[in-house]
Amino acid sequence: MTDPNTPHRPEKVPTPAGGGINPETSMMEPATGTTTTTEQKSYSQNQLVLRRFLRHKGAMASMIVLVFVTILAISSIGVGPIPGWWDKDYTRAANVINGGSPTLSLFPFTLGEHPFGQDSTGKDYFALVMRGTQISLLIAFVVGLLSTVIGTIIGGLAGFYRGWVESVLMRLTDLVIVIPLLVLAAVLGKIAASWGVWGLALMLALVTWTGLARLVRGEVLSLREREFVASARAIGTGSRRIIFKHILPNTVGVIIVSATLSIASAILLETALSFLGFGVRPPDVSLGSLISQYQNAFTTRPWLFWWPGLFILAIALTVNFIGDGLRDAFDPRQNRNKD
Amino acid sequence: MTKFILRRMGISFLVLLGGSLLLFVLTINSGDPIEDLRESNADNRDYLIRQRTAYMGLDQPWYSRYWEWLTGAAKCVTLNCDLGTNRNGVEVTSLLGNAASSTLRLVVLATVLAIVIGITVGILTAIRQYSGFDYVVTFLAFLFFSLPVFWAAVLLKEYGAIRFNDWIVEPTFTPLQILVTAGLLGIAVQAVMGGDLKRRALTAGATLVFVGAVMYYFSAVEWFRRPAFGAVLILVVGVAAAVGITALLAGLKNRKVMWSALTTVGAGLAVYFAFLPVLREPTWLSLLAILALVVVLGAVSGWFWGGYSRRLAMGVSVAVGVVMAFLIVVDRAVAGWMGLLSLKSRPISTIGSQTPNFTGDFWESFLDKGVQIILPTIVLTLVSVASYTRYTRSSMLEVLEQDYVRTARSKGLSERVVIVKHAFRNALIPITTIVAFDFAGLIGGAIITEQVFGWKGMGELFQTGLKTVDPAPVMAFFLVTGTAAVLMNLAADLAYAGLDPRIRR
Repeated sequence: MTDPNTPHRPEKVPTPAGGGINPETSMMEPATGTTTTTEQKSYSQNQLVLRRFLRHKGAMASMIVLVFVTILAISSIGVGPIPGWWDKDYTRAANVINGGSPTLSLFPFTLGEHPFGQDSTGKDYFALVMRGTQISLLIAFVVGLLSTVIGTIIGGLAGFYRGWVESVLMRLTDLVIVIPLLVLAAVLGKIAASWGVWGLALMLALVTWTGLARLVRGEVLSLREREFVASARAIGTGSRRIIFKHILPNTVGVIIVSATLSIASAILLETALSFLGFGVRPPDVSLGSLISQYQNAFTTRPWLFWWPGLFILAIALTVNFIGDGLRDAFDPRQNRNKD
Repeated sequence: MTKFILRRMGISFLVLLGGSLLLFVLTINSGDPIEDLRESNADNRDYLIRQRTAYMGLDQPWYSRYWEWLTGAAKCVTLNCDLGTNRNGVEVTSLLGNAASSTLRLVVLATVLAIVIGITVGILTAIRQYSGFDYVVTFLAFLFFSLPVFWAAVLLKEYGAIRFNDWIVEPTFTPLQILVTAGLLGIAVQAVMGGDLKRRALTAGATLVFVGAVMYYFSAVEWFRRPAFGAVLILVVGVAAAVGITALLAGLKNRKVMWSALTTVGAGLAVYFAFLPVLREPTWLSLLAILALVVVLGAVSGWFWGGYSRRLAMGVSVAVGVVMAFLIVVDRAVAGWMGLLSLKSRPISTIGSQTPNFTGDFWESFLDKGVQIILPTIVLTLVSVASYTRYTRSSMLEVLEQDYVRTARSKGLSERVVIVKHAFRNALIPITTIVAFDFAGLIGGAIITEQVFGWKGMGELFQTGLKTVDPAPVMAFFLVTGTAAVLMNLAADLAYAGLDPRIRR
């Protein structure tokens, strides 16, 4: 089954940033021992990460698609009082033209009157989907940001102070984890029903921080035993400075990657909740509630079903790819680009 | 070890208790339980309100309602559950029985499939890192991971059920379909097997010819309407499995294991013929007894053939026994397929976990439940397979870089031994955590899946409970899922101890 000719190890690159003795390099270059090898231009840690990220083709393509979707959603129907370039409104019913079928065509590219078609009451579906995308993106980013902040604070406190603080916070985390995520989110989403979109986002953030809290705690636990923290402590550095200057910068990779991935899971969670009827409520629309509303129209008006789903998929997929690119960029061991 | 597990259990129990309190309080505060009655114009409105108040205990403070639920749930220890009544006065315990059985059937099947497929594919992608196969699987994993489950489920209903039912009326393949399917499979198989250009071409060609011939044959005899499996196929597949499992776990040079595995195949066939009359009309009990017999015979044959590698021989033979048991079930189920088609001309219905008022013999109702579970299982499995594949891949890659793997290679061990014994076993340790952790997520996913496929499972129980601000069904849901999650964590702890001897101390 396996072919002995192919090497199974990834092409491992000596990491200029990593400390200690790298066994591969020390074997190849017995004279130097430590790994300050390259004679070319040297980069700081941040520059290295950025360079690795910018070279990740999947992440870059995803970035372009995500930015495009975001700009499309915001600019087309506008935000609040600011009008967009699309002349139809997502709330206004109209005459159904040609059974409401979509007028979008790619060759030659024309949008037509109703590019994504119309629903049964003649509302312009392009405007509806754009509104849904706005709401879903808004919730996803707010949830991603808030849950990252909560998770970092709780995980950081637990890992740094140990003792009873850790016990209390980690038992709290266990408590939230033991209830299935969707169940807890549904209950909180129902409570937040009258608070609108921002309330829903807040509630979702309150249930999605647990994974990051555990990750950050683990990171902090190992970092606080490292020599540089011990020496900082030995010269009398205060806790606050140690946390913000020595520990947090070293966990930033984990946090950013996790935040990105939590945006992707937030959009899936929100659309699932809206689909079940515990998320975004009418008159507001999200991509999930659109699918829920039109799922039985699949045989007669398939476009009502396809578009919102494709937009969810596109957003979640691109965000996941960006997260993967960031992970590769922050983790030099995973890296295969030579730089 | 016992102390460690007991301590873990104790903590899990306390967390479960806290979680139940949290969920209870949140649920009863999520809305107004008598909102619909307040707005109703019925003549007996006051009576209805009083009745619901009595059923739900709305006149009591929240802590006494919670206490009542807790003491009722505590009776489950003596198998005498009292989970209260829902707002219409129906005993939740009786509702839960059916709901839990169909949901757990779905979730357990999905978990098992996801573990098997996810870990296998994960290892293959790790071994073939940065190959075309690896990139395709990685992309698919990301795709499935980002897939909105409810959306995929509706798509599957259309293409998996309705189109399949149209097709089964006249189940033939066009030459183009045969060519495309066989071609795609050929490309996939050569990508997994690897090797130089000649070997790849040979693999692809052989796969293409084989698959094409099989599909042509199936199409010609209308196999999908009048399928047959039979003893010969059991024998062939059984022997292939025996050789394959032996080659993977023990190496073909280990003749003792090889003979033991082949003996198990023979024993399985003997059992199949001896019990054929029973197998035609079994009950669940007799079927399980027969299947257990096959597995036990495998263990016995391993014991006698094993010699110096007795443990290994028993393990391999038990695995082969499981395969044989599975093949026997497949054979009987396939034999019942025509019966199912005559009872149900459109076999996969898009709604429900089984056909209501279904009158068929054992195998026909087995098949009925079987085809109904296929689509929800696929939906549930996709997401988990994606994450297990990724985790297994990265875990394997990390292990393959370790010094002990280099040592194993440098002392001349074969690649099979290095991967199966040295790398895979260690790579499994982190995966165990993920799988145990993911189980609760799968139950959450089952809520959506059940909604789309119209199952009357626990998801439905939870959803209606929450919509009507009725804590009893919600808490029953939590009791089952919470207990299942705790049990899965326990299983993970035991698996840890099995995989890593340092923990056993």
